[in-house]
Amino acid sequence: MTSLTGTGGLVRLVVRRDRVLLPIWTLLFGLIPISFVASIRDLYPTAADQAKYASTSGTNPTFLALYGQLWDNGIGGIVVQRAGFVPVMLGLVSALTVIRHTRTEEEAGRRELVGATVVGRHAALAAALIVTIAANLVIGALLALGMTGQDLPAAGSAAFGLQLAMAGIVFAAIAGVAAQLTEGSGAARGLALGTLGVLFVVRLAADVGGKDSGLSWLAWLSPLGWGNRLRPYGGEQWWVLALFAVLILALVYASVALSARRDVGAGFLPPRLGPATAARGLSTPLGLAWRLHRAALLGWTVGLGALGVVYGSVAEGVKTMVEDNPDLEKYFTRIGGQEGLIDAFLASSLSILGVIASGYAIQAALRMRTEETSGRAEPVLGTATSRIGWVASHLAFSLLGPTVALLASGLAVGLAHGINSGDVGGQLPRVLGATLVQLPAVWLLTGIALALFGLLPRLTAVAWAALALFFLLGQFGAVLQLSQSVMDVSPFTHIPKLPGGELQVAPLAWLLGLTTILVVAGLYGFRRRDLEST
Amino acid sequence: MNTAISVRGLVKTFGRTRALDELDLTVTSGEVHGFLGPNGSGKSTTIRVLLGLLRADAGSAELLGGDPWREATELHRRLAYVPGDVTLWPNLTGGEVIDLLGRLRGGLNRQRRQDLLERFELDPRKKGRAYSKGNRQKVGLIAALASDVELLILDEPTSGLDPLMEEVFQQCIQDERRSGRTVLLSSHILSEVEALCDRVTIIRKGRAVESGTLNELRHLTRTSIQAELSSPPNGLSTMPGVHDIEIDGTKIKLEVDSVKLDPVLKQLVQSGVVSLTSQPPTLEELFLRHYEDDLAVQNAEGAAS
Repeated sequence: MTSLTGTGGLVRLVVRRDRVLLPIWTLLFGLIPISFVASIRDLYPTAADQAKYASTSGTNPTFLALYGQLWDNGIGGIVVQRAGFVPVMLGLVSALTVIRHTRTEEEAGRRELVGATVVGRHAALAAALIVTIAANLVIGALLALGMTGQDLPAAGSAAFGLQLAMAGIVFAAIAGVAAQLTEGSGAARGLALGTLGVLFVVRLAADVGGKDSGLSWLAWLSPLGWGNRLRPYGGEQWWVLALFAVLILALVYASVALSARRDVGAGFLPPRLGPATAARGLSTPLGLAWRLHRAALLGWTVGLGALGVVYGSVAEGVKTMVEDNPDLEKYFTRIGGQEGLIDAFLASSLSILGVIASGYAIQAALRMRTEETSGRAEPVLGTATSRIGWVASHLAFSLLGPTVALLASGLAVGLAHGINSGDVGGQLPRVLGATLVQLPAVWLLTGIALALFGLLPRLTAVAWAALALFFLLGQFGAVLQLSQSVMDVSPFTHIPKLPGGELQVAPLAWLLGLTTILVVAGLYGFRRRDLEST
Repeated sequence: MNTAISVRGLVKTFGRTRALDELDLTVTSGEVHGFLGPNGSGKSTTIRVLLGLLRADAGSAELLGGDPWREATELHRRLAYVPGDVTLWPNLTGGEVIDLLGRLRGGLNRQRRQDLLERFELDPRKKGRAYSKGNRQKVGLIAALASDVELLILDEPTSGLDPLMEEVFQQCIQDERRSGRTVLLSSHILSEVEALCDRVTIIRKGRAVESGTLNELRHLTRTSIQAELSSPPNGLSTMPGVHDIEIDGTKIKLEVDSVKLDPVLKQLVQSGVVSLTSQPPTLEELFLRHYEDDLAVQNAEGAAS
């Protein structure tokens, strides 16, 4: 196999370049679920407590939507359910890793440099896949050993480890295919993450109505659903692993076949000719920013809108589930009755949409850093464009882009839920209002990204780390029983739980003030610092 | 005569590296000024300071009578800049980038834009990602040359151009000179600088080592002489200004500092000249002499460590 010559050397290159990131995410994803065991034991010490969880939280539609089904009422089963979002995150990280070492390299022209040495044509793809797959297997092994070490059944622990590893490997393979299809790494990332999003929504639709819902067959259309159907600790269905094996092999085969049929640097869709002169609108920094941001704006708006339709359509179904479940009904009557349950579901859905929109806010703000390091900012700032004007053009998209996308999402939730409940006029305004309330937290991440860009440009990735931290706090803070002062670090903790909750203006005002300070600091820093270039 | 660019004692450090070490540079209005130096000598750093993209640590810089850091935006209306490695937005066409950069500068001349597209044989409808290195460079050049500005700052603008396009570029700069524009041309292509530039500054390790007209600089170079004499030469090897002398009976090869040419020739004539060839000094030699010093230092450092 001469097409794989040099793979070993490239594996070492990938490991060398990721020598910090790779161990961090491997350990993080391996250890977080293990750390759940102690907290779950603490929260639900007796079998009765665990059964209580199973009949309340375990069948709570919000949990089902986000995490998937609960297959076992014991500690193991509860941990598996609460770690139900980890496969999605692992898929995300795995996909990004593969694209970073394939299409991004090729786009930057480094692939050519390496490809001219004694390296086979599939070596880069093989190296990226090998490292990512190995990392996922390490996570799986770590998890299986750690869970067994906490006195949980070995078979279930192995299945749990495999559930996570398979999710990561599937999305690594999906990214391997996406990297062959497009010319730009941004488009390849979009394709891979879009697929992840769609497959998550399919699993969500399958699980939100409970095990016996008419849509539960949908789970077999999404590898994320398969992972849940592996049923760790709950009567493992080992044959599901065969599905994973077939899909992974098919995807790897497809990516190799595609890679064999194209030129280095090219994608599958041939580039078309464009206009010979610029339209009137392309005359200002804002005009340029519009051209650079419009595809992302459209993508995020459509994506968040679609997710909004899903959340909105299932909200009303939450009520019927409760009617079938006296325990759950009692629980939710305590916190505000059936209406309270739907509102709680809507509030947590909107909060998640807010977190996702924050990812867009960061991405849009950090576009400036990409422009700077790629050398494209230099000719623009060499014209009569001031630094502030240039930042403002991108800032507009980082602030207003997520606003538009989130409003589209809120509109979708409100309309879908309104139509289902026969009360569009009543539901739409309160859902839209609750959507708007998320914005101060979203904008804070714009502020963080801009402040880093202006003051510590080499550490802009910290903005993503901050979002990851806030997300992890929101997801796992309660399970890990973290103290309120730790939870308060996340801006999303401070957003009023609307609809249904009480609108508190003070925290929103604080967030807006903090955002303003961060933006001003970022602008000040960028005006004074050197422009970096390659 | 006005001064377009005046730099005195400019210092710029990146961490421990001293990229500019008390650099001096003067560019007079209306001249084409060559800015020569090996890779990493500080040419691009100087230009980025002049554009207000980098902030100088010490020294003074004046550009078109203004402060390049504080008045960057206003000054940029009056100049156009081409980086050494033009990167384009993958989803914008070459024509769109030319128009955009021109408009951001305050407008560009449609007629000149059209002429330049034809002269450089560039298809403006291609997307940025589809252009080769040379074609990306053409996009930057056309955007700059089609602008009605006083000053052109070109940082190794011809890297990646083929020899035919290099010729077109030289014609364009000759046109610019005739229309009275000032050009700062950073380069390491000596023939280009010899063909185009009125004055030259040579930079090495962040310091200007030579500056002047080409004729002035030629005085600092050496002429190489080969001669056959009627009798063995006498006393030449001890004469001041003579280097690398080789004597083989009555044949002689030597290099002489251009300013010492006269006494050396007289000495040769005393021994009786049968045949004589001499090669005029080139900028290349001047450049290489400074460059070789660098190499010698590097080699010595390499040997010592």
